[in-house]
Amino acid sequence: MAKIKFTLNNKVVEIEESPTARLLDILRDKYDFVGVKEGCGEGECGACAVLINDKIVNSCIVPLGTVEGKSIVTIEGFSKTKRHEVLRESFEEEGAVQCGFCTPGMLIASESLLNTNPHPTDEEIKIGLSGNLCRCTGYNMIIKAVKSASKKGDGLW
Amino acid sequence: MKNLIPKTYAEALEMLNNDNLRILAGGTDLMIQNRSWSNMLPDFKTGTILIFNLEELKYMVQEEHFLHIGSGMTLEDIKDNELTPKLLVDALKIMASPAIRNMATIGGNIGNASPAGDSLPVLYVLNALVVLESVEAMRDVPIHDFIIGPGKKTIKQNEIIKEIKIPTNNLTIVKFDKIGGRKADAISKISFAGAAHVKNNIIQDFRVAFGAVGPTVVRKYDLESHLVGLTLDDVSLNIKEILSEYGKYIRPIDDQRSNKEYRKEVALNLLESFILSL
Ligand SMILES: Cc1cc2nc3c(=O)[nH]c(=O)nc-3n(C[C@H](O)[C@H](O)[C@H](O)COP(=O)(O)OP(=O)(O)OC[C@H]3O[C@@H](n4cnc5c(N)ncnc54)[C@H](O)[C@@H]3O)c2cc1C
Ligand code: FES
Ligand code: FES
Repeated sequence: MAKIKFTLNNKVVEIEESPTARLLDILRDKYDFVGVKEGCGEGECGACAVLINDKIVNSCIVPLGTVEGKSIVTIEGFSKTKRHEVLRESFEEEGAVQCGFCTPGMLIASESLLNTNPHPTDEEIKIGLSGNLCRCTGYNMIIKAVKSASKKGDGLW
Repeated sequence: MKNLIPKTYAEALEMLNNDNLRILAGGTDLMIQNRSWSNMLPDFKTGTILIFNLEELKYMVQEEHFLHIGSGMTLEDIKDNELTPKLLVDALKIMASPAIRNMATIGGNIGNASPAGDSLPVLYVLNALVVLESVEAMRDVPIHDFIIGPGKKTIKQNEIIKEIKIPTNNLTIVKFDKIGGRKADAISKISFAGAAHVKNNIIQDFRVAFGAVGPTVVRKYDLESHLVGLTLDDVSLNIKEILSEYGKYIRPIDDQRSNKEYRKEVALNLLESFILSL
């Protein structure tokens, strides 16, 4: 057990837990952020993606002890931003959401990509989203959606 | 079970000296290898020491003879650093996905000692040294001596990989290639790293290494030395022999992913196209 202190969706929190606990379990069970999904549980699908210091990670394989002092944003926190609004609208307009299981992870991946590269090419979007699987849409709509968000949200990232 | 989070590197060395602890860096290998059920703690058989946040292990510096890469650097940060050799950048670009690269460290890729670890053929070709440190001493071990088998490495219980040292070189032609299933996320089935220097049509330096074609990375220093001093024309004329010499050492462990013969053929094709591109 150890005390781990970090910022979670802009609030400072402290928890006493094993440092090897999966960040995913802590986010869902201790803080009730259930928008973070478990898909594969082994880093392959991106359903559990969150941002740590603005960069995407897969929370199913992040040891809790590594987030000490960091800032974590889940889809719940991100959804309060203007950037999320622009992304979500673009996803809806381009038909990039079907069952919706992958969507939180896709939005987090898009945010992480646009944070470092506000005007990505199709190829760069493909690479940026390469860790996120979608069983429903075929990726073209998602790529279009990110492209359109980067135009509409020009200046936000 | 102890799961320790050192505040400083010096403290980490002390902790490693006092207890039998598993070093946990980004966890992208270990959290999966020790996975248990959802909602339950991963089942590490020993205590752990979490080193991911040690700032003292996150650095890259170029000095006169060596580029030093701290073991705690993530793959993404190394990929984006302007000091990183092109060959290594090319390998990192197609390793895993952004989310994995943000957690995965170079120390972990080496420490995992998988025959399919993608940084390894590159580090072999660049003659990288692994710097190991304990409370008692520091030593440099060439990468090919550090890794002795799948998951097996020469590191003592109280040692940590501090950094990787890459000697300065004048390799002007470099090539990394990986043949896998799904491009970004597949643990590579075959990887190839080649580097050379050619002057006035004569080969001055020639190095190639293959990943995932045997229990460890394959690099044959004696075969390389036969090529140094030859003209490019000599090499093209003798390409069949060169390939068949290398063929003797490429023995993929047969698994379901793809069959041996196919993998051997692919590996030799990668070598051939590298040689003909010189
Ligand atoms: C979805 C997915 C895709 C992947 N794709 C690829 C890929 O394309 N190519 C590839 O090569 N790998 C891939 N990997 C494997 C993995 O991401 C890498 O091997 C990574 O570099 C491991 O680093 P880590 O910091 O996460 O290591 P950890 O899991 O923390 O540790 C790995 C091993 O190294 C040891 N170790 C770590 N740091 C040190 C140190 N400083 N000193 C001594 N020992 C140490 C640990 O004790 C452990 O044995 C993938 C993994 C996942 C989950
Ligand atoms: S559940 Fe974490 S990557 Fe699939
Ligand atoms: S919309 Fe169903 S998995 Fe992507």
